[in-house]
Amino acid sequence: MDFLQLAVKTGIYALMAGTLVFALGVVTLKNLFHAALSLAAVLIGTAALYLAFHAEFMAAVQILLYVGAVITVIIFAVMLTEHIAERSILQHNKQSLPALLGVLALLVLIGKVLLKTPWPVNPSTLDARVSVSDLGVALMGTYVFPFEVISILLIGALIGAVVIARKGSHP
Amino acid sequence: MNLIPLSHILIFSLALFGIGIYGVLTRRNIIGILISIELILNAANINLIAFSQTTSLSPETGQVFALFVIAIAAITAAVGLAIVLALYRARKTVFADEVHLLKW
Repeated sequence: MDFLQLAVKTGIYALMAGTLVFALGVVTLKNLFHAALSLAAVLIGTAALYLAFHAEFMAAVQILLYVGAVITVIIFAVMLTEHIAERSILQHNKQSLPALLGVLALLVLIGKVLLKTPWPVNPSTLDARVSVSDLGVALMGTYVFPFEVISILLIGALIGAVVIARKGSHP
Repeated sequence: MNLIPLSHILIFSLALFGIGIYGVLTRRNIIGILISIELILNAANINLIAFSQTTSLSPETGQVFALFVIAIAAITAAVGLAIVLALYRARKTVFADEVHLLKW
């Protein structure tokens, strides 16, 4: 039992480390197609992390919506726009060093704050299993207003995307 | 969930957030910037799921709002990539620093 727990713990930490390596690939790879594939790996790793947190429905949604839909759209856009033949184009601007220093300072600041914060633990949510029907009741009961707002936003954004991307739409 | 402490998950998602910010600041390609924004939203989602299991009032709250964040990420990708395609058709470039029509 103890050995099994240790194995699961090691597995979760290894998953986190692998996800971070792929995330570094997302921002540093020169070929944008490879960066998109690396983003897919990050999203799949996150879905596995959700499984470890007992959020099975969220893992399924992550795989279906992110890896299925968003990655496909991004890869389509890469293939429609990028000059595949030209490899010599500079992919990063000249702000790499200031950006790195600024991001490191921000990370140290936030990390110090969140390590000092005493996070309260609600014992009733610890290891609680949320079933899909619980989520559905919450969506249709307590959170019905944000749910409706999201649906209107979604339909508006999809119509807007079609209008923007249509040929000859600019006057 | 109680195998690993909450602060380790928060540090992990903080690192993911920092990598995303770095990508937004340094990428020239607009699609690369959009990909980095997806990384940032993903880091926020990990925090929401982790909090829903430890500190929140009811266990569904975090997951419901993570669902909303995923929907908004899909909207961002759709509208952003439509704008990129329209821009590419009009100006033949996808690099953010070459689009300076309104800059002087």
